[in-house]
Amino acid sequence: MTQSHFAAALLDPDAPVPVGVIDPRGHPAPKRFAVYRNNVAGSLVEALKAAFPMLVKLLGEEFFAAMALAFLRAHPPKSRILMLYGDEMPGFLEQFQPVAHLGYLPDIARVDQALRESYHSADSTHLPEVEFHRLLGQDIAALRLRLAPSLRLIRSRWPIFSIWAANHDNGPTPKPQAEDLLILRPEFDPRPQLLPPGGAAFLAGLMAGRTLGESLDLATGPIDLAAILGLLISGRAIVGVSK
Amino acid sequence: MAYHSKSLIIAGALTAALCSVASVASAEDAMEKCFGVALAGQNDCKAGEGTTCAGTSKVDYQGNSFKLVPAGTCMTMELPADEAGMMRHGSMEELDRDLPEA
Repeated sequence: MTQSHFAAALLDPDAPVPVGVIDPRGHPAPKRFAVYRNNVAGSLVEALKAAFPMLVKLLGEEFFAAMALAFLRAHPPKSRILMLYGDEMPGFLEQFQPVAHLGYLPDIARVDQALRESYHSADSTHLPEVEFHRLLGQDIAALRLRLAPSLRLIRSRWPIFSIWAANHDNGPTPKPQAEDLLILRPEFDPRPQLLPPGGAAFLAGLMAGRTLGESLDLATGPIDLAAILGLLISGRAIVGVSK
Repeated sequence: MAYHSKSLIIAGALTAALCSVASVASAEDAMEKCFGVALAGQNDCKAGEGTTCAGTSKVDYQGNSFKLVPAGTCMTMELPADEAGMMRHGSMEELDRDLPEA
């Protein structure tokens, strides 16, 4: 028996008990293995529940737990650290037939995952406001912004911010519309924000390391630049400026 | 569009952004560190910048980990009593209660 045989048998309830799993008298010990198998699956389901609170809320605990079992068997953890386990959930949901009618679900999983990534990102020190005033006299368009590691952008054709708000802040019933969502972490808790229209392409440019001017060219249609810069500054997401 | 005129557009937007930010900044800063009130794994940071210790507390209401709470609410926050029936209170300084077992 190798370690990988043992691990494979743990996650597959139909697999035979690995040879060599024995009780103190040397007999095969299927019940003991079943307990261990159950604990592994149970603890991973709990980790996924903690990881995807919005999915749990939308699908219900029972459905989510059954779905999580299917997920963890298809995508067992690759790391012994579970804090970011579940990054394959959006792709899994896109293929999972029982939720095929809920087209927004993969993007909701992306929001849950991004919130957790943001929470665990390294701390950073935001640029003080006086520094921004000093930029006003320069050729700003040629500058690049260094952004906080906790910043996340999710573009969607579904109302992902409204769905988040309806489930967290008792927001109104979401309207069918495309929404882009920005996750800021001004202190220690990540907070989703609705991105004004046209903002996502601009922001994606900044996040890719383009200059402000180049990023502005990427924006299609009207863009409320003041609102977007205001979000980034008040969200303490700008940590530096470079040429 | 020439770089110069684009810089003017961005500078205008930045000026407007800085004005709107200044008016909300005072509300955001009104947080205080409150020790001994965070649930296990939901503490904010203690060691300061450059670390990622947020979410590392091992037990509920751990006395030496803090949570940022709205200013003025730390001392008056209601918490469940401990196992011996003693009332718990938040504190602006580190506490030696509810520490994880070594």
